Amino acid sequence: MEHDKALIEALLFAAETPVTLERLREVLDMPREAVQAAVLELMQEYQERRGGFTLEEVAGGIQFRTLPEYGTWIRKMKGRGPASLSPAALETLAVVAYRQPIVKADIDRVRGVDAGGTLKGLVEKKLVRIVGRKDVPGKPILYGTTRRFLEIFDLQDLSELPTLREFGELAE
Amino acid sequence: MSYEVRLDIFQGPLDLLLYLIKKNEIDIYNIPVALITQQYLETLEWMKSLNLDLAGEYLVLASTLLLIKSRMLLPDETPEGGTGDEEAGEDPRQDLVRQLLEYQAFKEAAIHLDGRPWLERDVFKRGAYPDLPPVGVEEEELAEVGIVELVDAFRRIVSSLEREELMQINSEKLSVTDRINEILEKLREAGQISFLELLEGARDRRRIVYTFLAILELMKLRMIKAYQTGPFGPIRIFPAVEEEADGA
Repeated sequence: MEHDKALIEALLFAAETPVTLERLREVLDMPREAVQAAVLELMQEYQERRGGFTLEEVAGGIQFRTLPEYGTWIRKMKGRGPASLSPAALETLAVVAYRQPIVKADIDRVRGVDAGGTLKGLVEKKLVRIVGRKDVPGKPILYGTTRRFLEIFDLQDLSELPTLREFGELAE
Repeated sequence: MSYEVRLDIFQGPLDLLLYLIKKNEIDIYNIPVALITQQYLETLEWMKSLNLDLAGEYLVLASTLLLIKSRMLLPDETPEGGTGDEEAGEDPRQDLVRQLLEYQAFKEAAIHLDGRPWLERDVFKRGAYPDLPPVGVEEEELAEVGIVELVDAFRRIVSSLEREELMQINSEKLSVTDRINEILEKLREAGQISFLELLEGARDRRRIVYTFLAILELMKLRMIKAYQTGPFGPIRIFPAVEEEADGA
């Protein structure tokens, strides 16, 4: 067990993207339960260690990540300013995230403005992608969020997003 | 040349309306339409006077507000004299309120997203150099690289640097000749060098561009040759002349 745990730790350390349990199971040829148990134990150990990084569940996989409170210093070391999205882009992204798959016209309607520019920017940043076409006249493009969106925003999956505040049930 | 100042104070007409509602501490379910419409139109005038780019959507909402205001003035009765619960008549504000609440929910969702621990802003994964070749790759067959592949690699490296260093003002004195000499020096020492290594540590765009120009110049002069292991593989640079010809 200790050996398995060390082995899995090594794999996670060397990986460049979040590693799924499935992938670990494939590589190690171990039962899924054993992999899962070892991963959970590792996650707990890093949590208890209170070091500069922890093992996090992200985008359906597991990845080592630094703690948010050290972000300022890491950015300083890497010589870069904080990444950011404009409020308009964040709004468009939020609408796509919660309402996907969604056509541009519906994003425009929710936001009350033309979302074309921000949508294009989000597609370029690979946070949003085209997921298909709606089966209505004109076959408008349907948009959805990407796996990278989950990775960037530290989400395990879309269900991890908090529920939208209730609206629309007035005058019922 | 005219300069247009663009201040994105509001994200759109709904955002402006929400702002006015909040500012006046108004119950969103019971908006005093006359007051809000007046303030909304005043804000539009003010934005116009600042030369702000007023999107057409602002005017659409203005007309909606005026329409609701006029409907509110009409006596509340349904022409058919309907019976039952539908008879109460729809509040003309209902659609707008629903839209505002929906927009507000997404605005909050956007703020929530912004507050999450972003990768590469707040939290970081283990740093790995994307293009660094695993040792042993060199044993693969090397194909000579032309300008197209070189430009492609150059573009990828520059785009991976993103825009973070755009504002840096560089006082380092540098010329293409200097870079040529530096590259030749490194090649003499190491025998070969990767394209990426040459650009390593070059944080500003000018240095990267000069390095690239130096490589192109050296290729033109047939003093170096560039090889690649496959599409998008790391590009390695070798001296084109043999050691004995060095002093020539």
